Amino acid sequence: MSLNAAWADLTGRRQRLILLILCAIFFFAVLLLRLWYLQVINADRYATLSEKNRFRYLPIAAPRGTVLDRNGAVLVDNRPAFGLSALRQEVDDPEALIHGVAPLLEVSQEKLWDAWRSGSRFPRYRPVPLAHDIGRDSMERLQEHSVDLPGSFIDVLPMRSYPGEELAAHLFGYLGEITEAELTPRREAGYRPGDQIGKGGLEKSFEEVLRGEEGERLVEVDVKGRQMRQVSTQEPLPGSHLSLTLLRPLQQAAETSFGDQAGAAVVLDVHSGEILAMVSRPSFNPELFARGISGQAWIDLLKDPRHPLQFKAINGQYPPASTFKIVTALAALEAGVASSATTVDCQGSIILGNRAFRCWKKDGHGATNLKKALRESCDVWFYEVALRLGIDRLSTFALSLGLGESFGLPLEGEKRGLIPTRQWKRERYKTGWYDGETIIAAIGQGFVLATPLQLAVMTATVANGGTVYKPQVVKSIRSPQGEEVYQMSPEVLQTVEISERSLNAVKRSLEAVVNERHGTGWATHFDELKVAGKTGTAQVVKRKDDDEEDEAGRIPYRFRDHALFVAYAPAEDPRIAVAVVVEHGEHGGSAAAPIARDIFASYFGLEIGPLRPDDVVNVGD
Amino acid sequence: MFDRRLLTHFDWFLLLLVLLIALLGITNLYSASSSWEGAATPVYLKQLFWLGLGLGVVLGLVIFDYRHLEYLGVGFYGVTSALLLFVLFFGKTSMGATRWIDLGFFNLQPSELMKIFVIIILARYFSLRGEIGGYGLRDLAAPFVLLGLPALMIMKQPDLGTALLVLFIGGTMILFAGLKRSAAIVLSVGGLLAAGGGWFLLHDYQKERIRTFLNPERDPLGSGYHIIQSKIAVGSGGLFGKGFMGGTQSQLSFLPERHTDFAFSVFAEEWGFAGSLILLGLYMLLILWGLYVARCAGDHFGMYLAVGVVAMLFWHIVVNLAMVIGLLPVVGVPLPLFSYGGTCMITTMTGIGLLLNVSMRRFMF
Repeated sequence: MSLNAAWADLTGRRQRLILLILCAIFFFAVLLLRLWYLQVINADRYATLSEKNRFRYLPIAAPRGTVLDRNGAVLVDNRPAFGLSALRQEVDDPEALIHGVAPLLEVSQEKLWDAWRSGSRFPRYRPVPLAHDIGRDSMERLQEHSVDLPGSFIDVLPMRSYPGEELAAHLFGYLGEITEAELTPRREAGYRPGDQIGKGGLEKSFEEVLRGEEGERLVEVDVKGRQMRQVSTQEPLPGSHLSLTLLRPLQQAAETSFGDQAGAAVVLDVHSGEILAMVSRPSFNPELFARGISGQAWIDLLKDPRHPLQFKAINGQYPPASTFKIVTALAALEAGVASSATTVDCQGSIILGNRAFRCWKKDGHGATNLKKALRESCDVWFYEVALRLGIDRLSTFALSLGLGESFGLPLEGEKRGLIPTRQWKRERYKTGWYDGETIIAAIGQGFVLATPLQLAVMTATVANGGTVYKPQVVKSIRSPQGEEVYQMSPEVLQTVEISERSLNAVKRSLEAVVNERHGTGWATHFDELKVAGKTGTAQVVKRKDDDEEDEAGRIPYRFRDHALFVAYAPAEDPRIAVAVVVEHGEHGGSAAAPIARDIFASYFGLEIGPLRPDDVVNVGD
Repeated sequence: MFDRRLLTHFDWFLLLLVLLIALLGITNLYSASSSWEGAATPVYLKQLFWLGLGLGVVLGLVIFDYRHLEYLGVGFYGVTSALLLFVLFFGKTSMGATRWIDLGFFNLQPSELMKIFVIIILARYFSLRGEIGGYGLRDLAAPFVLLGLPALMIMKQPDLGTALLVLFIGGTMILFAGLKRSAAIVLSVGGLLAAGGGWFLLHDYQKERIRTFLNPERDPLGSGYHIIQSKIAVGSGGLFGKGFMGGTQSQLSFLPERHTDFAFSVFAEEWGFAGSLILLGLYMLLILWGLYVARCAGDHFGMYLAVGVVAMLFWHIVVNLAMVIGLLPVVGVPLPLFSYGGTCMITTMTGIGLLLNVSMRRFMF
């Protein structure tokens, strides 16, 4: 005591300490009195109130942002749909409820039980969706019987709709119910079990932008949990709108043109890199997923040998085949190892070491210069030139055109393609590079791989004279209040130095491919529009020369060659570039070029009739 | 440096009392959040983690002699004031208020730190001035500035609850230091005038809360909803409550924010008046014990420190409980050791650590 006597003896402070204690006791006494008043004196009154306490907060789903094309045409939308939900805290007898609901909805009890059970992850006060998108008839039947179905109620939920059905489905992706793994990191952002979330494509990449914010309404319910009265509403905040660079009619024309064929097509604005169309076939209807796809339908999609779920435009890697000759020709001209006058005598093959490398034309093209080599796709000319050029200069040039690298699109699954280099070969196969591989690479076979998007960028770069634009698909983002929060601007990835001379020589030759009678791309020639392009035929499996001719057309689908075509137009002042790949379509000129023809016709508003059989060049590559 | 006497003088009673209340709080959180099935980590487990971390803070604090704080405190106060200023301009905005600095892994809320540092700096000021037989207005200029500046900045965020708490804590310490009669009269009149004038400085939502508080039935389903629902929960608990996990109000989620600010409603509903009485008794014991620590403190600084910490705990408890049972407007003040929240737990345990520190060094110079 002696040590703190210094202050304890001061009566003033002792008094003040006692004052503090009295203050504390006073406040606690007030609190206790109040608790006594609430919990003892008025206990009955509050117990009754608690019994009658029948207000519920119910969530109102926010409409997701719509997706529009570059001119404002609706690509992805929402429509109101009726659903049946149940509040678990209100349902005393789930068996009776499901037993009662099943005949009214005309669905199996099993399915309802599944929905009910998956709702066990939800908080008890959160409605469990039992059935999505029920018809008006079912809804009316449910309403009549609502008295017998305590705890359930009809909900109006915005349903994602894709008016174009299969149109550009891979680009949009689809929605599905959020999984536990997706939910955990997003709880803070307000996600709840049962929410829909983007599972692929733009729906996934722009989830935060499109989603919006849930609202809630306070409703008064009766003893059985039926909603009697809406008390107050906090409106949901809709998601932002996405405007794409896509041109809906063009996309539609390209999709239609594919018919039953599998493959991909990309159309680019050559002066900005804007993606005007991006097609993958076959496609699927994303709405199936929004409604909750059935197991069988899902398995069918997964097992389809033509891979309807694959986004082939960015995810499919194909040998560019003869379309790559554009790259080889420009590289050779720029390196000075060839000129437009360089003439090679094509006898159908060249011999390197002890191996013969064949031209697709067995009898050879005879004396061939650059123009003829591109127009008729002579392989031997490129073999000769490639040997002079070497793989290093070829791969460097190809990489500078945007091949062999991904563009970082806001989409999952974009592939890089492959431009082989000596270093790559060493790392991958632990061996050196062979001249034979240079020859094969020069005609876009062997190791070389590219996605349809990369081929389109390469073509656009040649068309605009050497500027590699980053391909972009989102043009602008607009908030629900109408404010523009993002506006795309063209982005130059790199510029390639190409001399006017080389460029002109190659471009004139590409015009010849389409506009001269022996050109392999004759199918895309128009009277009103000059197109320049290059066909390609990519080998899927190596076939023996012998069985090629007599079994042509009758080989199994999966062994047939891929057909490719790249083109731009108008030739003199290019505006758009196109790349088309038709899987197992056999010849670029006959399978891929006609699709490019429809694309150009749609974009430039040209009237075209059906393709005449003799307009189609059914040979070579 | 480390004295074995420290261990023998360690205030086990205080620590056990704190742990008892905290465990009651966690049990209550278990019930309050039991209807959230499927949540990633249950709230009560997270709170257990925060309690563990808080005990770590306590351990860290009792090792060092609190007297070092007398000098360090000035620096901390300065840095935290700078942080508050920083928050005003660059803070992270959430739900209309800017209170946090985003540190990536953690959102730092400087206004919480400020509660502790205001206590330290005022304790230093008053212990330096010593007993002068009542403080006049002129003597109080410095404490007013030290208190007023952070309070203003916190009010600006806007976080009225925390700003008022800082003022309450400081005010209690000033009262304890002793006022001249003249100063006491001027301050009470000034305080009343400020309360009246302050009304016009309030944000609309804050005015709305006060109006609603004065007459909750005015808007039973809007801003009065919280108060009414909470009162129903507490009242329907009756004398002995509805039993653990048996609260219909809280279990059926009529009760908003039931794991944070309204955690006590869940407790009162499930344990009734009897439970409330016991919990309030424990809190009262904590307060009185804290004042006892102040009385026995080895020096003036320790004494003021203890009084400050007690004031902080006391005002939190009183304001939160008064809010939950409808005696005060909803101001968003958590109940120490009971409401869920890492920041509150750490601040509380820092205070407890200081109390223990003062207590165990009461016989040392």
